[in-house]
Amino acid sequence: MNEYLDLGLISSFVPAASSFAGDIDFLFDMITIIVGFWFIITLATLFYFLLRFRRREGTKAQYITGEKHSEKVWTHYPHYGVIAFDVFLIGFVIVVWVNVKQTLPANEDTIRAIGQQWSWSFVHTGEDGKLDTEDDVNTVNDLHVIKDKTYHFELQSRDVLHNFAVPAFRLRQDTIPGRTIKGWFKPTESGTFDLQCAEICGRGHTMMMAAITVHPDQQSYDETMDAIRSGSYESHFEKKRQLGPVPLPFTVSKTDKSTPYAIELAKSF
Amino acid sequence: MGQQSESIVHEAEVHEAHHEQSFLMKYIFPLDHKMIGFQYMFTGLFMAAIGGYFAYAFRMQLAFPGAEVPLYGFVDPANYNMLVTNHGTIMIFWVAMPVLIAAFGNWMIPLMIGCDDMVFPRLNRLSYQVFLVSALVLILSFFVEGGGFGGAWTSYPPLSAAAEYNLTNWGASLWLLAVALEIVAFLLGGINFITTTMNARAPGMGMMDIPIVIWMINIAVILFMSSVGPLVAGAVMLFFDQRLGTSFFMPSGGGDPLLWQHLFWFFGHPEVYVVLLPTMGIVADIITVFSRKKLFGYRTILYTAFGTGGLSFIVWAHHQFIAGIDPRMANVFVITTILISIPIAEMVFSYIATLYGGSIEFSTPMLWALSFLVSFLIGGVTGIYLGSSAMDIYFHDSYFVVAHFHYTFFPITIIGMFAAITFWFPKMFGRMLDETLNKIHFWGTIIPFNGLFLPLFLVGMAGQHRRIADYTQYPDLASPDLQGIRIFATVSMVIMLLFQFVFIYNFFNSIFKGKKAPMNPWRATTLEWTIPSPPPHGNFAEMPTVYRGPYEYSVPGHDEDYWPQHIPPKSNV
Repeated sequence: MNEYLDLGLISSFVPAASSFAGDIDFLFDMITIIVGFWFIITLATLFYFLLRFRRREGTKAQYITGEKHSEKVWTHYPHYGVIAFDVFLIGFVIVVWVNVKQTLPANEDTIRAIGQQWSWSFVHTGEDGKLDTEDDVNTVNDLHVIKDKTYHFELQSRDVLHNFAVPAFRLRQDTIPGRTIKGWFKPTESGTFDLQCAEICGRGHTMMMAAITVHPDQQSYDETMDAIRSGSYESHFEKKRQLGPVPLPFTVSKTDKSTPYAIELAKSF
Repeated sequence: MGQQSESIVHEAEVHEAHHEQSFLMKYIFPLDHKMIGFQYMFTGLFMAAIGGYFAYAFRMQLAFPGAEVPLYGFVDPANYNMLVTNHGTIMIFWVAMPVLIAAFGNWMIPLMIGCDDMVFPRLNRLSYQVFLVSALVLILSFFVEGGGFGGAWTSYPPLSAAAEYNLTNWGASLWLLAVALEIVAFLLGGINFITTTMNARAPGMGMMDIPIVIWMINIAVILFMSSVGPLVAGAVMLFFDQRLGTSFFMPSGGGDPLLWQHLFWFFGHPEVYVVLLPTMGIVADIITVFSRKKLFGYRTILYTAFGTGGLSFIVWAHHQFIAGIDPRMANVFVITTILISIPIAEMVFSYIATLYGGSIEFSTPMLWALSFLVSFLIGGVTGIYLGSSAMDIYFHDSYFVVAHFHYTFFPITIIGMFAAITFWFPKMFGRMLDETLNKIHFWGTIIPFNGLFLPLFLVGMAGQHRRIADYTQYPDLASPDLQGIRIFATVSMVIMLLFQFVFIYNFFNSIFKGKKAPMNPWRATTLEWTIPSPPPHGNFAEMPTVYRGPYEYSVPGHDEDYWPQHIPPKSNV
């Protein structure tokens, strides 16, 4: 829906890489305009009153109860405006919600993500396009999809709650042990993006991270799958991570500067 | 009513006769509501210092990951989880509730309704003692083997339910026990507050003559008492899961983790209004006094408070939009959630309308009250984003949520607390706070507060998720710009914490060396200002009679610009 309104408030921070990212960005921009309007009006009124009615010698405050009808309308009229905007807003919100969460469009492929303390396991369907068959490709912390294909995901958990989060897709969904949660996404930009666990899941929550790679075409995807099968695959997740921690504007003492702390901790378990 | 007030007068005389008390009975095991209020207040402030210290430690870790934090040490991920968990728990259960409800409720309910003490003084004392034990149990939980609980203040199972998942065997159970005890303390205190307000008002004080702050505390207590049942039941079930091996919330044994979320948030959302309403009341009292105006639409504000309270019971699932509940359910809860903006907007509009035509004095309590309105407005409007189910697909568990609820809870708890302390300090201690230091403290808190939490909206929009000890490990979140934002927030926070020492100095210095406070320094109308500062044991030497509502300022035809509740009309003199 962002062809109607696009202030780019979110997409200036994170690329919009899925088919519904635009809808969610549109919603953010629209809500910003609505609440920004009310926020500024309210603040302006407040500050005007503070300035206009500050204490001066010899002036006495007025006696207004706010119980008479003629006075009640001061707060009631702006209030009707709030209600009208609320209804308008709820309409848009429900449309986007129904499109993204409540309907499951026909899929071209399926992936399964399994959260456990503290990593993601992914199952790709392989050539037959079906899960739980011989040619499934399993990876850890590394998910591969193809651009402009509609995917169904099946989220599972082995232990506690996790949250399958891909900010670039504007997607977050909790995973619950004992259930399979289904949903969908359709990547629209190629690249390697962060895949987080956004629900606290214990001591290693900090380092439960993965990467999702959106391949531009089938060929690049197939090459990666073959590489994984033959064991010659170099993890996109690790490649992305090798960018390493960013240099800080000043130096800080770290126990071991060469390896990121979480990796070091992971090894110690 | 008449007979009852006679008996109250009689009792006050009896108290007067036995005025001299031992140190132990006066300060350690008091029955006097004012001393119990102090106990709650000082315990709450002490816990606030711990909560702030925890926040300092984990914010430093976020800004300078892996560095030794001065005055704390090294923050490892387990430690980090423990800090964020207990920061949240402490600030809500051991700071907001004891200070806003218990301390000011205890102090102000009897003074403002004109009665000598709470109707159940011994229950009141028991309430504080249980509360103190709960605080000690929580502090104890930081030092047991495995460390304090680190499963977030929402304590979602299965993480919280099994030691093999959270790795804090005793920390998790003690945390739960502490929360349960704290709830017991507030149930004991709550019944006392409602009974006192309903039964022990001074003669002549009708329901619509009660100061709004007392109403708000009572509505808050009613909300608390009617919402907390499911949480207590849930806490017991969770405790059984932890210690007896039951499976209420464990899928491995046929339980359902989502059940806890429903039980928790059925309490958790009304809880927001439990702490909001007392501050709304405090702010109402302060802005009427310092603008010399009658409160705009007393009844409207009262009914919107009841409306907000009622609505707050049917919005809880907006915390769980994408937690795996049936997506169709979200459509119902998005409507109820956005509806809350209706009573809250009406309330805020009424407060702003109160300022119209006033004679506004910018004293420190007034500055706190006004800054509450502005900051809470930011918290309120960002709530519209998060109440919109579709936005939660992106914002769930992100820093946008963190920024939003700090823009509600910080104004409610910290700003509300400072507003109330600076306003009632003369009554509580019989001394005036130093106004210059007050102003320095105000600006030194408000400016860094915004510097701390506004940037968190930005990192939230950038997709930063919650409860992570080191974001520089995430390639998409590691850009120097984002890290710069985190450092800015942390530096603001440290500045804000440093300015709190100004307050601590001013507070203790003024208790002993401040200027002596007159009986009614703000020229206010309510009953607590008609007795000496500090009020003697038994409060009122003579039972006051109430002739009018609490906010009769600048009444036309009246000489003074305020008309206290207990002064008889001229025709009667």
